[in-house]
Amino acid sequence: MRKSKKLLAALCGASLLAFGAVGAQAKTLVFCSEGSPEGFNPAFYTAGTTFDASSRQIFNRLVEFKRGTTEIQPALAESWDITDGGMKYTFNLRKGVKFQTTKEFTPTRDFNADDVVFSFMRQLDPEHPYHKVSGASYEYFNGMSMPDLLKEVKKVDDYTVEFILNRPEAPMIANLGMDFASIHSAEYADKMMAAGTAEVVDLKPVGTGPFQLVAYQKDAVIRFKAHPEYWDGKAPIDDLVFAITPDASVRYQKLKAGECHVMPYPNPADIAAMQKDSDINVLEQEGLNVGYLAYNTKVAPFDNAKVRKALNMAINKQAIIDAVFQGAGKIAKNPIPPTIWSYNEATTDDAYDPDAAKKMLAAEGVTNLSLKIWAMPVQRPYNPNARRMAELIQADMDKIGVKAEVVSYEWGEYLKRSKDVDRDGAVLLGWTGDNGDPDNFLAVLLGCDGVGGSNRAQWCYQPFEDLIQKAKVVADKEERVKLYEQAQLVFKEQAPWATIAHSVVFKPVRKEVVDFRIDPFGGHVFYGVDLK
Amino acid sequence: MFAYLIRKLGVIAPTFFGVTLVAFVFIRLLPGDPVLLMAGERGMTEERHAKLMAEFGFDKPILVQYGVYIQDLFSGDFGTSIITKQPVFKEFFTLFPATMELSFVAICIAVFVGLPAGMIAATKRRSVFDHVVMTGALTGYSMPIFWWGLLLIIFFSGILGWTPVSGRISLLYYFEPVTGFMLIDSLLSGQSGAFKSALSHLILPSIVLATIPLAVIARQTRSAMLEVLSEDYVRTAKAKGLGRGRVIGMHALRNAMIPVITVIGLQVGVLFAGAILTETIFSWPGIGKWMVDSIFRRDYPSVQGGLLLIAAMVMIVNLVVDLLYGLINPQIRHRD
Repeated sequence: MRKSKKLLAALCGASLLAFGAVGAQAKTLVFCSEGSPEGFNPAFYTAGTTFDASSRQIFNRLVEFKRGTTEIQPALAESWDITDGGMKYTFNLRKGVKFQTTKEFTPTRDFNADDVVFSFMRQLDPEHPYHKVSGASYEYFNGMSMPDLLKEVKKVDDYTVEFILNRPEAPMIANLGMDFASIHSAEYADKMMAAGTAEVVDLKPVGTGPFQLVAYQKDAVIRFKAHPEYWDGKAPIDDLVFAITPDASVRYQKLKAGECHVMPYPNPADIAAMQKDSDINVLEQEGLNVGYLAYNTKVAPFDNAKVRKALNMAINKQAIIDAVFQGAGKIAKNPIPPTIWSYNEATTDDAYDPDAAKKMLAAEGVTNLSLKIWAMPVQRPYNPNARRMAELIQADMDKIGVKAEVVSYEWGEYLKRSKDVDRDGAVLLGWTGDNGDPDNFLAVLLGCDGVGGSNRAQWCYQPFEDLIQKAKVVADKEERVKLYEQAQLVFKEQAPWATIAHSVVFKPVRKEVVDFRIDPFGGHVFYGVDLK
Repeated sequence: MFAYLIRKLGVIAPTFFGVTLVAFVFIRLLPGDPVLLMAGERGMTEERHAKLMAEFGFDKPILVQYGVYIQDLFSGDFGTSIITKQPVFKEFFTLFPATMELSFVAICIAVFVGLPAGMIAATKRRSVFDHVVMTGALTGYSMPIFWWGLLLIIFFSGILGWTPVSGRISLLYYFEPVTGFMLIDSLLSGQSGAFKSALSHLILPSIVLATIPLAVIARQTRSAMLEVLSEDYVRTAKAKGLGRGRVIGMHALRNAMIPVITVIGLQVGVLFAGAILTETIFSWPGIGKWMVDSIFRRDYPSVQGGLLLIAAMVMIVNLVVDLLYGLINPQIRHRD
């Protein structure tokens, strides 16, 4: 044990040799990551594991989320103006930003508007020479409806870029902080295209971010070093190593043995022991997610809000938090998590009261009700054990005389069938926020456009729809807050879902780690983190 | 011998094509498709789903897809991963040396411990040693790999601190892979301590992976030896006054080896199956974990290519085993 604990200290010294650092002893932070990235171009993928290894270390975006918050701050764009009724966004770009120098590429110029145009037009324009390179498909870009939203991205001058929209969209700025909006070097792309090796830009990434890729061995290790000319100042650590460790129990053993400094996704059962360990700090924060049970509001008697409310009152959420989340969750009352702005504290959750629920059902003339409860076959932060959750709800329903049956399908099938407007039963599902904007939950999951798609409750309620549509086009944040708060009140009154839980994210880090902050988006950002 | 080899290859060729068909059809029988899984909770429109399926060529009739696949195979193209966008052949052979190294050490442990243990147990039948070996073999065979691996990590790495927790080499060492075999590459790197580190990282995973084959080999050797030891020619050898070592080593063991070698050959398949769990627990970057990830993501080209290449490896090993029969007992190749 003692021998292993010396590893991290030794790493600092050894990294001098390994990375060719000079001067004072290099600081190396080791992160026991949970898996291999799918690749290094964040525009191609949707997984957090991939973003951790690419966009969050190697790249920057025009705007970024302030570390540990969902608040937007300037990054490669120093400022911006929104004109033409929210249809034109003009970004003033930061000067003197250097791209990383790698074995494949030595930049001859600083970051400028060409890089922004390249990064977006590659995804937007099917005729762009890079659109099909590496067999790319731009799932996040498409998933956020950017092709419908963006009309054009054009260079005004070297340090000014305009985004022309097809319609006003208030969450646009938040969208530009997302991983798919990372800025790539157009100069690098041009060079590789001219050399006939265009796909190299996706394999050997070059960005303006705080760390640059040194080496990657699939399923083993990813090595980064601090970008020496990073525009916001060099990172406090010199080297960053991802030791890929898929098993959570093994990650914990490595953290204990001093083989890594930070680990993601601990086993809930290990949290108590970690909290007692004097070498480990367990950071904790509510996740940017919500787990819910969506009724099919198009099918009787679930088209009746009072019936839905009665069923909500039958569910013992605290028992679910204890049994399914093992304490690592909080009861959800709203369809957005408390970490998102405009979360309405004033709403009241449906109280757990089986007797009252029974009476409400009787008052609505509902007898001999049966209900299918769909249990997801996969584990998600917002629902670590859907089968168990479904069984608990089944038992709760039984107490009010509702016969519930638990059903499940393979994940792809589950996602497909649960979209069906005529679906039989209530679906357990959830959502993790993309950009910290309430629209990303309320419009995507409960808007009329989502019926037959991401709106699993098949709920299209005009008063709610009017509020969220208005909030989409209003630029003033205060006004948007009011609209979303009101929308949450309407949601509670209509109860298209039983809101179940928001997960609590635990992040064990070793005591010598300074200023690591939990990312509400579930990512791992190491710029700004130091070692004692 | 040449004719014997040709006959064996004649069996391998149709088996290989059988595997291509099975790998191709079975992954498609699983519900869900890669495009749906790629989109996850976010979902996608029917149009986009259809467009992506068409881009990957998954919209064509299955026989057409199979035809294209076989045609590509003949030109040496094992396909491209739809997730990592990398050629399957390249991904496989980047990771395969890690699995090969681990499996080789594991099978060495299994043979060099299992064979003598089974032999001694047979010659000392019903002794304490026999009971200990057989009970140990049964326990080893029944033990879930996942639990066994974690137990060893917690005890030897967590509590005693004797072995590293996981990985192939300490993060202290960094060098470009030359052969992909860490023991060799660490020596080639010239970095002091690298080989020792690579070796220490091999200890626990190879013990875990060796456990089941070791148990099987020990049991098989014991029962084969018991059978041979009761044969007339062994009794005759003893009656002629040959020494105990010569009787067991020359007459009994050589004849008992045929079924044992068959079992060792079959264990190669077991090793690949065991590697899936062992590699996950010990963060060992081999093909076991890669295959599982590919199956979960319905990465059809990776699963097809991976299964085919693994099957090819197993077939080659079994061909070698068949050839070894001939060497041990020349009658086999004449009869065949």
